[in-house]
Amino acid sequence: MKLSVPDVSCRELVELVTEYLEARLPVEERTRFELHLGYCDWCRTYLRQMRQVRDAAEELTEESIAPEAKSALLAAFRDWKRGSGGDEP
Amino acid sequence: MGSPSASGSASGVGGEERELAALRAGDETAFLALVSRHHGAMLRVAAMFVKSRASAEEVVQEAWIGVLKGLHLFEGRSSLRSWIFKILVNCAKTRGMHDARAVVIALDELVDEGPSVSPDRFRDDTERWPGHWSQPPEPWPDARVESSEMVALVRQALETLPEAQRTVMSLRDVDGWDSGEVCELLGISEGNQRVLLHRARSKVRAFVEEQLGSEGSP
Repeated sequence: MKLSVPDVSCRELVELVTEYLEARLPVEERTRFELHLGYCDWCRTYLRQMRQVRDAAEELTEESIAPEAKSALLAAFRDWKRGSGGDEP
Repeated sequence: MGSPSASGSASGVGGEERELAALRAGDETAFLALVSRHHGAMLRVAAMFVKSRASAEEVVQEAWIGVLKGLHLFEGRSSLRSWIFKILVNCAKTRGMHDARAVVIALDELVDEGPSVSPDRFRDDTERWPGHWSQPPEPWPDARVESSEMVALVRQALETLPEAQRTVMSLRDVDGWDSGEVCELLGISEGNQRVLLHRARSKVRAFVEEQLGSEGSP
């Protein structure tokens, strides 16, 4: 098997990482990717760092709303409530 | 402030129905919770279509008015979130035309940006093991990866990214959207979405590496 599958280089691997993490690599490429990881500590480190980056991003929170914008929206909501009265009973 | 919830949707379909019922009944708390949950992402998305931060804020406000107007008509065929963002994008596009800003994904963010890792970190083609690392990445210390420092670095790095890359990575990784939702919202192909995400994450990784490295090991 190994003989028929050309190795992927580290330089190539770093460009395939996202497709790999998104499970979008075709089977054959995925096999080459994983074979490479099997012997390359450096690329394993690289892949781990890409995961760490993704995971750290999950911890982020988006900018919260400014108080003025919030009260403007609340006023709009109250108007809407008066106007359309919420659901009919 | 910043909401603690992991991201996105109002915890499943049942949650969404309940939320919708509360909104329709005029529940202010429910409305404010919804607004807070989506505000940041809405600003981000709006900013892709209009020129200024101020316009983006106006577009978001306008979108909420649209949401309220349509609330009785919303049939739940899509998720509440994608419905809200569809309204947002419509508002933003209309405004974007006024601003004469051509929508949207800058193509130069997709093509021709060079490799994810500097080529001089790999052996060149005349050497043994061409294309393999000559300056490999050093593992990051767990203590630092798990610290708030790491999160702060990622935040900083995100802000340096070109807009489309930043938007895609934020929606995917910060807000927890799946790729299909992002493609639909931004009107881009699955492949392009992935290229943008890849560029974004690769640059953020490089930024973190540089920062952790330049500060020396603990």
